[in-house]
Amino acid sequence: MHIPDGFLDAKTALVTGGLSAAGLGYALRSVRLELPPRRVPLLGLAAAFLFAAQMVNFPVLGGTSGHLVGGALVAALLGPAAAVVVVSTVLIVQCFLFADGGVMALGANIFNMGLVSTFTGYAIFRLVARVLPGLRGQVAALAFAGWCSTVLASISCAGQLAWSGTVAWRVGLPAMAGVHALIGLGEGAVSALVFLAIVRTRPDLLPERATAGFAPAKVREFVVLGLLTALGVALFVAPFACPWPDGLESIAAKLGFAHREWSPLITSPVADYHVPGLASPGVSTALAGALGVLVVFGLAIGFSQLVVQKPARVPANSR
Amino acid sequence: MMALFPQPFASADPRRFGPVSRWPAAVKLAAALVLVGGTALVPAGWSAWFVGVGVVLVAVMLAGRIAPGPLLLRLLALSPFIAGVALAAAWHRSGALDWRIMALRSGLCLATVILLASTTPFGELLAVLRRAHVPALLVTTLALMQRYLFVLGDESERMNRARASRTFNRSRWLAWRTAATVVGQLFVRASERAEHVYDAMCARGWR
Repeated sequence: MHIPDGFLDAKTALVTGGLSAAGLGYALRSVRLELPPRRVPLLGLAAAFLFAAQMVNFPVLGGTSGHLVGGALVAALLGPAAAVVVVSTVLIVQCFLFADGGVMALGANIFNMGLVSTFTGYAIFRLVARVLPGLRGQVAALAFAGWCSTVLASISCAGQLAWSGTVAWRVGLPAMAGVHALIGLGEGAVSALVFLAIVRTRPDLLPERATAGFAPAKVREFVVLGLLTALGVALFVAPFACPWPDGLESIAAKLGFAHREWSPLITSPVADYHVPGLASPGVSTALAGALGVLVVFGLAIGFSQLVVQKPARVPANSR
Repeated sequence: MMALFPQPFASADPRRFGPVSRWPAAVKLAAALVLVGGTALVPAGWSAWFVGVGVVLVAVMLAGRIAPGPLLLRLLALSPFIAGVALAAAWHRSGALDWRIMALRSGLCLATVILLASTTPFGELLAVLRRAHVPALLVTTLALMQRYLFVLGDESERMNRARASRTFNRSRWLAWRTAATVVGQLFVRASERAEHVYDAMCARGWR
């Protein structure tokens, strides 16, 4: 999902750069104010950990293997603000030291993987863990959050590529979201397994129990990062996803009754505005998406039942 | 799955940096940013710009006595994503965008960054950032990450080797669980190391 240079136009690079700078700046400030000095080196070490963890292979089908990406995991382990700093650091080093991901696209990459992935991962993890009790609940929540954060980041990435006019939304979205819906399953499972391994060996490292560690996120932190994410999604995704001008146009093209003009989506004319009866494909797509999310949620719960044998006895007061 | 690390750490060996590494890092960073920014954003018609960037890159390569072989290999190893998106763009031919131009832009930018990374020690870049008033916390985090990247990378490799020598005939499911345990253990060790690092930093008068 690392966007290279040359794939984004000036406006997308500027807007994503601004959003990322705001998010990273806010996260840095928040971490500086709230983190005990003792924990400052952990940011750097956690970034190095994430980088090293990405080199541990998980065998998939045949000879192929995948690796962890880790936005949701790091957010669950360190809290959202610290996770934004850690993942952004990894992305900056990957960009300048390993030429992985473009310099002009650094803002977009930090936005997708550093902000969207960590924030949504954290939010979903917290919300689901609140509903589902115990260690099983936490494992299920992180598995689900890992999947969601991966898919959402990929959708944001597809939106930026479409906004730049590089890859059209109707090609980019199914490609990105489809591939990452599969990758996300692995990401969720691995995140949950790693989380479980850490809970079982060193539960004191987790935020909610941390004695000298990261406090759970403050409400303000939550709101600011959430707003930035939502703003970005509104900019990159909403113009294409909602069934009005651009989305309608793309659906019409998919069904084959748009006239063959392959103009970049963003400047597409509103000529096809009122084609009747086109709400239904949009609705059915949304329904399919919702169904997919529900299925993955069920998978996450099943996974947690499979992985954690003894329910809810281990974590609460054992220490 | 998303990131690809060809030749990990190839550019980290300080002896490999060559003569260009003596040029001031700030100048190199600024020049690289100008080249990359221009190449990424200049209109497609400005072929003179692309040729110029190519000439500059070759000149720097010659001045730095950098072997073209490894450079080209890294360029190739990093380009599957470029190829993929270029392919998607070529398939869906959207008017103004030519996939060849896009591939050219990405390739030139990639080569610029690889050249920068292979002629400039990361520590010098960090010093530039610090002078440019980038928040200290970010610079510290970057520095620590770069310092322990290789340490933890080696550590995870060691743990993997130890694990591989002890496990037999494992199913894929077991492989996942053990690999996840390795990653979890890596986090625990990173946290413990962070404590030691903090003590060491304090002993040297940090803050």
